[in-house]
This record gives sequence, structure tokens and C-alpha cells, in this order.
Amino acid sequence: MIGIWDILDVALFAAMIRMATPLVLAATGGVITERSGVINIGLEGMMMLGALFGVLTSYWTGCPWLGVIAAMVVGGLAAAIHALVVIRFNANHIVSGLGINFIALGLAPFLSEVIWGSRGHSDIVTGLPRWEIPLIKEIPVIGEILGPHSPTVFMILAIVIIANIVLFKTKWGLRITAVGEFAKAAATAGIPVQRTRYICVIISGILAGLAGVHMSLGHLSMFTWGMIGGRGFIALAVMISGNWRPYRVLAIGMVFGFADALQIRLQGLGVPVHFMQMIPFLVTIAVLAGVMGRSRPPADIGKNYEP
Amino acid sequence: MRQITKDFPGVRANDAVDFKVAQGEIHGLLGENGAGKSVLMGILYGLYQPTSGEIFIHGRAVAIRSPAEAIALKIGMVHQHFMLISNMTVAENIVLGFEPDGYFWNRKEIAQRVAQFAAEAKLPINPEETVGQLSVGAQQRVEILKVLYRQAQILILDEPTAVLTPQETEALFRAMRALRDQGKTIIFIAHKLKEVLSICDRITVLCRGKLVGTEDAGATDESKLAEMMVGTKVVPATRIGEATIGDRVLEVKDLTADGERGERALEGLSFELRAGEILGIAGVEGNGQTELVEVLTGLRRPTGGKVFLSEADLSGITPRTALDYGIRHIPEDKRKRGIIPGFSVKENLILGDHCRPPFKGRFSWLMERVIRRFADKRIEEFQIQTPSRDTPIDSLSGGNQQRLIVGRVYGHQKRPTLLIAAQPTCGLDVQATRYVRQKLIELSDQGAAVLLVSADLDEVMAISDRILVIHNGRLHEASKRPSRQELGLLMIGGREDE
Ligand SMILES: Nc1ncnc2c1ncn2[C@@H]1O[C@H](COP(=O)(O)OP(=O)(O)OP(=O)(O)O)[C@@H](O)[C@H]1O
Ligand SMILES: [Mg+2]
Repeated sequence: MIGIWDILDVALFAAMIRMATPLVLAATGGVITERSGVINIGLEGMMMLGALFGVLTSYWTGCPWLGVIAAMVVGGLAAAIHALVVIRFNANHIVSGLGINFIALGLAPFLSEVIWGSRGHSDIVTGLPRWEIPLIKEIPVIGEILGPHSPTVFMILAIVIIANIVLFKTKWGLRITAVGEFAKAAATAGIPVQRTRYICVIISGILAGLAGVHMSLGHLSMFTWGMIGGRGFIALAVMISGNWRPYRVLAIGMVFGFADALQIRLQGLGVPVHFMQMIPFLVTIAVLAGVMGRSRPPADIGKNYEP
Repeated sequence: MRQITKDFPGVRANDAVDFKVAQGEIHGLLGENGAGKSVLMGILYGLYQPTSGEIFIHGRAVAIRSPAEAIALKIGMVHQHFMLISNMTVAENIVLGFEPDGYFWNRKEIAQRVAQFAAEAKLPINPEETVGQLSVGAQQRVEILKVLYRQAQILILDEPTAVLTPQETEALFRAMRALRDQGKTIIFIAHKLKEVLSICDRITVLCRGKLVGTEDAGATDESKLAEMMVGTKVVPATRIGEATIGDRVLEVKDLTADGERGERALEGLSFELRAGEILGIAGVEGNGQTELVEVLTGLRRPTGGKVFLSEADLSGITPRTALDYGIRHIPEDKRKRGIIPGFSVKENLILGDHCRPPFKGRFSWLMERVIRRFADKRIEEFQIQTPSRDTPIDSLSGGNQQRLIVGRVYGHQKRPTLLIAAQPTCGLDVQATRYVRQKLIELSDQGAAVLLVSADLDEVMAISDRILVIHNGRLHEASKRPSRQELGLLMIGGREDE
């Protein structure tokens, strides 16, 4: 018989942080774009592209750090397409985001087949190093939970803090919020609504790309089809439950990360895999049901603004 | 502005308009609803690009492609519909887009700066308050401060007085005169001719997109202006003969309710309203009239007291039941509660009745043909200027949106038993105002009870059969034929005999 403490061990909490990372990164991107009024359900696809191009770059150059940069660039580019389609051509945000997801879903196995001769996965490439924090690693339990991790894990703290400062402590944040709340009012106050939105959408793509490369280079050192596995959508749930605020997104992201880690752990114990893979989604439904009505999206979200 | 023409799909909003304003004057801009005033000013503010025509400022030709460029040219505009972000604070709204230098946002410092600025401009305001919680009058002040904060030299005020009480209007006029004396130029749009004549130096009239002419304020009068605007003389609406008062329709007993911030807004109101009667409730805005209207229409739960509609207890009903009982409502905040912005004219016209036959058919199917016919009828009857019934309501002029709301209370077949009209004519031109008032009188002649809530004393006095004054959540009965002075005193809480 396996006791509960065999499951709730240090490794599980370390995995929680690892699995929370892509959610928090993508959800923070979601917060930024949605606060400016643009919905981005293409996060999933942007994560996938980030994961793929990160591995590809590392495969070609042997340098995982270049892979990280490539992932962010590709994520940003995919977001730029989304931005162009919705801001310039006034398309529906959901339809455009869905399009991005489908492009990624088709492109990934295609490139994988062409380059590595398998649609399912890539070769193993040089992944990101594992870092530990000096002093803290000596502390029992906590030290083991907080390291060693991929550098991407440590980035989330900085990114969440920066996002929070920008959104709530600078004039840029005020402008972003204004654009997302009432685009016309922002425009009459002299704020370039469209430019603000372009920037925010592209930032969300960059963060999604980073989230994706964490999954590939920061985790498995390879790309597999299905490795994102709906995490882009769960990130949207994290964003909503986090009430479009970075710190809450970090906290909620950990809850979801825990569910994900638990799911992976239980898979090893003979419980049917498909059943276990439902856990993160069940948590999503439960959490969303709990916060609904209490979290309030930006008022002008999903509405296009024509000057 | 020279030879400005602006075409929208289906309408020519401005047709070769020449509009000149001299520095340091207050220039009135008049015209019926849909005459093209807001569009002309929108062009000056960079919101619309003219189809043709040129703009000169201090003799220099300029192209104004966006509000940002207008702001850079020191042009400021207070829009007909507030451009405020309701969940931000006053200070945030005022400095938005024009924030002090530096990357970081210091809430306290900015609040202080705004408070000081507001005090210097003699438009005091609490900078930390959330805008959505302010009264319309206070929101108006925020809008003006926003423009002044951008150091505008040319101020465009698009119907700023439509939502203000007489006192607030007086305060605004004082501020406007002070600004003019500082050398600022003001373009003032309003429908109340009295106001325009009292404050403006010169007045320009538009009619159906075309310029009619510019007059010196001293050389013209109300009837002349009205004639310029509509081409004919306008006689005011009044009730001819006595009202035929019937049975009691509405009875309110010791009603209490809380306001938005949990403060006590209604302190035990009691009154009756009979069929065929128009009861005017006058009062300075923010004295409980909003809450009273909300309770009666089911939008707010009372904390105590009773409401009866012909013996049926309606305390704490839902808006849907209120509609079922034939209670109709012209809301005070027309943008927020009167229309759904993304919907078409037709859809907005059936709101509230959409769930009833004949609009709702079998299996809850909407009866498109019936709806279309109904919409066309209302558009014609209420002279709503719109390219078609399927035009989104946002692209109608403000006054035409308002006509639609008034047209809607007539329902499909059933006339309302109780009509609650809050500021029903605010934003309407002289002719439409007359028309709406006439309609209210007609309705009451047909046996409806009308509760008229208005800050416009002239309106209340013109058509009410009985007047109550609301002050601090309490009602005071005025005499049978009250004078302006008597009402004015009651409104600020005094009594004539004191
Ligand atoms: N964005 C738009 N798209 C299409 N038509 C428009 C738009 N804005 C205004 N119009 C049309 O232009 C005409 C002039 O409108 P405008 O808002 O200037 O009237 P106005 O004189 O300000 O009237 P009011 O006193 O009712 O505010 C109207 O017929 C209106 O329907
Ligand atoms: Mg207008």
C-alpha cells in the first residue's frame, strides 16, 4: 500500500513549480493582452511554436539559449499575426486565435517529420542547464523544492513582478487598462489605442513562446507532439481565476501546477493514464466555477476599435 | 473650418459648412438633433476625417488626424457622452494620456496634483473617488478638468448642460466666463436657447448638415433662433384644459432605500399618483431621485416601506415584473440603461418587449416581420433620423438615440399604466422636447399615471399637475401653482415661510 506521504514528497512540490511555470508565463501574457482589450486564445499555438523552434534552434546551433531567444521571437511573430488580423482587419478575436492554434498544430508535426523524420517527436537536443540558488539549496526540503530547476523557472518570479509593476505602478499600465476598459475614451484622451494593443498582444506571444520553450528545452530537452497538451487553455483559466492580476496569477498557477504534477505522479502508480490526465481540467472547472462572478474582465474586451 | 463636408454611409452629416470662431469668445452651436453639430466638432477634434474641406487655426492650415494631434494643437473636447473610465479614479481619468513625466506612477502625488489643479480651476473634486460612483454633474466636472488639464486653448463643450441641474449649470457658466476672460475660446453646444443666449457672444446655427448663419447673441432672441433651426415657429407644450384624474395607480408608503455606497438615500417617502395625473418630482440631482426611480422600476431593492400598484404589492419586484405590470421607464442614464450600444435601432426598439408576443412567436422565435414593421412605424412616428432600422444605434446622433428610448415606452399595443420619466427631454432639440412633452400629456390623457423626475424646473412647471420636491431623501409638497422661487428654495431645503 502506498501511503499519502509517498506521493506528497519533495519531488512532487518541485514538479509543481516546474509545471506551474509555463502556466504562469502564458497566463501573464494573457493578462497583458486582455487588459488592453484583445483576447488571445492562440496562446496554446504560440506555446507550441515556441517549444518547436526552441528545440530546432538548439538542434542547429547546439546552444539552448539561442533556442530560448528563437522561441520568444517566433511566439512574438505569431502574436503579431494575430494582432494584425484583429486590430488592422477587425476580425473576431476568437476566430483569429483559433486560426493560430490550427497553424501551429499542423506546422509542428510537419516540420518535425521533415527535420527528424518523425511526426511524433524530435531528437534529443541540448537542453537548458539546471540552476540552483546558492545558500537556499542548503536548506532542507525548501532547498530541494526550489532547485535545481531550469532557468525559465526562476524567470517567472521576475516576470510576474515586472508585469505587476508595469500594470499598476506606471503610466503605461494605466494606459493599457484604459484602452481595454473603454477604447474610445482612451482614444479621446490622446492614447494611440491600436499601437498599445499591438504591443500588448506581441508581448503575450513572447511570453507564450517562453512558456513553450520551458516545456521543451527546460524540461524534456526535446519536442514531442502534444507536449503542450492544452496548457495554453489552462493558462487562460489561470488568467481568469487570477482576476487579470499577475500576483494572483502566480498563486493560482501554482494550484494548477500542483494538479498537473499530481497527475503525472499518479500515472506512475497504475491508475489509468487518461483518467489522470483529466485532473488539471477538472481543477480548472472547479476553480473557475468558484471564482466566476467575482472576477471581472476588462469592459471592452474582444471589441474592435475603429478610429 | 472651411467648406467642411462629411459623409457617412447613407447620410451627409456636414455639407460644405463654413464655421469661424474668434479667439476669446464663447461661441454657441445650435441645431436640431442630427443637424451635425457633434460630427463637425468631432472633425475639429480629430475623431473623424472630413470627406472634404480644410481647417485653419490662427490662420494656419492644419490636418488633424487624431485626438492626440488635436490635443497637441491645444484643442480639448468634452463629449456629449462621457468619455470616462468608470472603474478608475477621478485623478487617473484626468491625467490619463497626459501623465506627469517619469516612469513610475505615484498615486498620492497625482491625487494631490489633481486636487490642487481642481481647486485652482474652481471646480473642486475628490481625486481619489471612483468615477463610476459620481453623480453625472460631478462626472461632467471631471470631463472639464480633463480638458483644462491638457492646457486646451480651444474648448469644445458638446451639450455639457444637458445633464446638469440649474445650480450646476450656473457654476459651469461662471467657470466658462472665467476661462474666456483668460483668453480661452469656447465652443458651446446646447439645446436650451435660454442658456445659449445668456452665455454666448456669437451663435451659429446648423440645419440638416448645412450652415444657416451666425448671429451676435445681442442681436437675436429665442424665437428667431428657433426659427433658424427648424424653419418654423415653435409653440411650447402645455396641457390644454384640466387633467381628468382617475383612480389611484401608485401608492408609495414610508419607502426607504440605500444608495450605491450603502448610505441611506431615501428616508421614508410617501406619495400617491393617480391615473391621468402627471406628478413632477423636482430636485437637485443626488437627493434620492435616482434611487426612487430604481426602486419603482425594480432595479433596486428597498430596505423598508411598501409600493402598491393598484392594490398589488410591488415592493422589491424585478424589472421584468415591473414591465409585466405596465410600468415603463425612461432612464436617467440613457447610455447605460436606455440602449444596448452594439444593437441595431430595430433591436433597441423592442427591448423589454422582445420576450412577449407579438415579437416572440412560437418556440421563442423572434417574429422578424412584426418587429420590422413595428420598428419602421416607431421610426416614422418619433422622427428618428436613421439611415435604416438596421443601423447600429451608436451611429445615431445623441438626440435621436433619445427619441428612440422615448418611442419605446409606448410598447407594442398595451399603453403603460405607469410611466416613470427621468429627465425625458435632456439632450433633445426644441421641437423634439415639445413633442415628448406633448406625448407625456397625451399619455396621461389616455389614463396613464406619469411620474416626471427632472432637474429642469421649466419642464416640471410646464407639464406637471402637481409638484413634489425631493431633498435629502425626503419629499416636500409644493403649493398648487408654485413659483420658481418657492421650488428653488424647497430644492435646497428651505421653506418660504422660514
Ligand atoms: N459614426 C457615425 N456613423 C454613421 N453616421 C453617423 C455617425 N455619427 C453621426 N452620424 C450621423 O450624422 C448625423 C449628424 O449627427 P450628429 O451627432 O453630428 O448630430 P448632432 O447635431 O450632434 O445631434 P444631437 O443634438 O442629437 O446630438 C446624424 O444623422 C447621425 O446619424
Ligand atoms: Mg450631438
